Amino acid sequence: MSIKDFLRGFRDFLTSEDTKFTLILFRRNFLNIVGTAIILLLVFTAIFAPVLSPYDPIAQNMDERLAPPSWKHILGTDQLGRDILSRVIWGSRISLLIAVVVVSISLLIGLFLGTISGYFGGWIDEIIMRLTDMFMAFPRLILALAVAAALGPGIFNTMMAISFVSWPLYARLARATALQIRNETYIEAARAIGASTARIIFRHLVPMTLPPILIQATLDMGGTILTAAGLGFLGLGVQPPTPEWGVMVSDGRRFITEQWWVSTFPGLAILLATFGFNLIGDGLRDIMDVRAKR
Amino acid sequence: MNFWAYLARRVALMIFTLFGIVVITFIISHVIPADPIGAILGPQAPPELVEKVRHEWGFDRPMWDQFVDYLWKLLHGDLGKSIRTNKPVMSDLLYYFPATIELATAALIVAIITGIPLGIISAVKKDKVPDHLSRIFVLIGVSMPVFWLGLILLFVLYYQLGVMPGPGRLDPYITPPPRITGILTIDSLISGNFDAFKNALWHLILPSFVLGYYSSASIARITRASLLEVLRQDYIRTARAKGLRERIVLMRHAIRNSLIPTTTVIGVSYGSLLEGAVLTETIFAWPGLGRYSTGAFLSVDFLAVMGSTLLIALVYSFANFIVDIIYAFLDPRIRY
Repeated sequence: MSIKDFLRGFRDFLTSEDTKFTLILFRRNFLNIVGTAIILLLVFTAIFAPVLSPYDPIAQNMDERLAPPSWKHILGTDQLGRDILSRVIWGSRISLLIAVVVVSISLLIGLFLGTISGYFGGWIDEIIMRLTDMFMAFPRLILALAVAAALGPGIFNTMMAISFVSWPLYARLARATALQIRNETYIEAARAIGASTARIIFRHLVPMTLPPILIQATLDMGGTILTAAGLGFLGLGVQPPTPEWGVMVSDGRRFITEQWWVSTFPGLAILLATFGFNLIGDGLRDIMDVRAKR
Repeated sequence: MNFWAYLARRVALMIFTLFGIVVITFIISHVIPADPIGAILGPQAPPELVEKVRHEWGFDRPMWDQFVDYLWKLLHGDLGKSIRTNKPVMSDLLYYFPATIELATAALIVAIITGIPLGIISAVKKDKVPDHLSRIFVLIGVSMPVFWLGLILLFVLYYQLGVMPGPGRLDPYITPPPRITGILTIDSLISGNFDAFKNALWHLILPSFVLGYYSSASIARITRASLLEVLRQDYIRTARAKGLRERIVLMRHAIRNSLIPTTTVIGVSYGSLLEGAVLTETIFAWPGLGRYSTGAFLSVDFLAVMGSTLLIALVYSFANFIVDIIYAFLDPRIRY
């Protein structure tokens, strides 16, 4: 059973000495701790959004439209009198959801195509790699915009559009590692005792490709939040009245001269969330780089 | 493999990639369920009219025919007509592209002159305060939503403090120079209109800083990494051992070699600058390709979508191509 093999391989990866050592090094850097704290806060906010937000994020209240920050509305209200703090809090759910779904989809597609490509080589490799070349020749945001425009706006289509342009990098990374280790003795040994190809790939190859791929995934979480916000800002992503951060920045554009708070706080949320993921990803990469050179 | 064989292989690869790009954009704009007819006629159109327009635009023909037709016209520089502007897409692109080139080039200059020194300082002072500060600057740079940064800077520096000019390429009271290249700073210089030149340059500063920040961060990051790598090499130890001053070691031996990977990132940056231009132009009311294509995306003006996507992808892969060639040229050890 290949899914079982994959899960076992994944467990081996998580409990290995290598992973423990990486975590020890990771905890030594102050910025890594800051990044972890930001992301924990983000996840916490997303999970407990209904409890944490003081108001309904979609409820309009025209009597209090464009109210400046005060004790009643800590971050002020927008053009429809909606509480911005509540909208920013609920927005964390949307951004995190998009990031997790997009990164999972593109990671799985990339991992699958990349390991196959590296393990089998030959014409399979040639086809898959030329395909990734083509996709990587596109600037990501432009291709995502084109796909989003063709599919029409909405949260589901946003996720599809960004996944569509994100998988090639994972395929490249997985292939590079698979290529490196496919001739290792332990792979040969597994083959010699009659392990099936699926088992070799899922149990032995995939876990080895995980470290660089997980680092890329962490960095991509941030990148995905940015791209999704960009799509939302341009009107091609998540649609109002859903409290999406990019849409909120765009909403506040018309009022920036007088009511600066409408755009400012959702934008800060985008920056903070992306910054958190990038701190963690960068910290992990630093550790990997140093260890690779030893 | 010698340089020329490598060049030939690289050209072949680029042509292949470009063909792939055409295929992908064609699929996106013709196969995915957007509704171009609805965009042309509106949702209330009678069925006979829809049928007629379908025929006129060739949507009733087999996909394969449509593709061959599109390719044929493309090779003759015909990208079709935009539904929105009712002009040939090609002439629209030629009209809007220079403003984007100007902005992206200015942003690239900003990114290079800030990114490289930052990376060098960071590497030389590794694990000290300047390095930490520069790491934070870099990470904020790659995490920054450009559309938001542009908005906030415009709010503070233009609306509040009035130290920077507002959106657009020129102040309204300035007479624009005659259009020669479409790049205002160059056109105004050619026509000797120095007021317009100063004003255009002044307007260019804020958007190019906003756009260049991201690239500045990635250039700083790669410069740091590659300089640290070079500083570990034996020839640096030799240079130090023979008593050269640290400044000479850095300037003459280390930094020069470390800039080779940086050139790659600079080239790739140009592509991502075009991409960032889409968002930056929206904020700064910059009449470039970004604003044109955003309008096209929003109104499902599918030939314009295809045309602008193709143009950006073309510039992007051409930048990558140039980088690979320069790379092979700068570092004779690299042969594929």
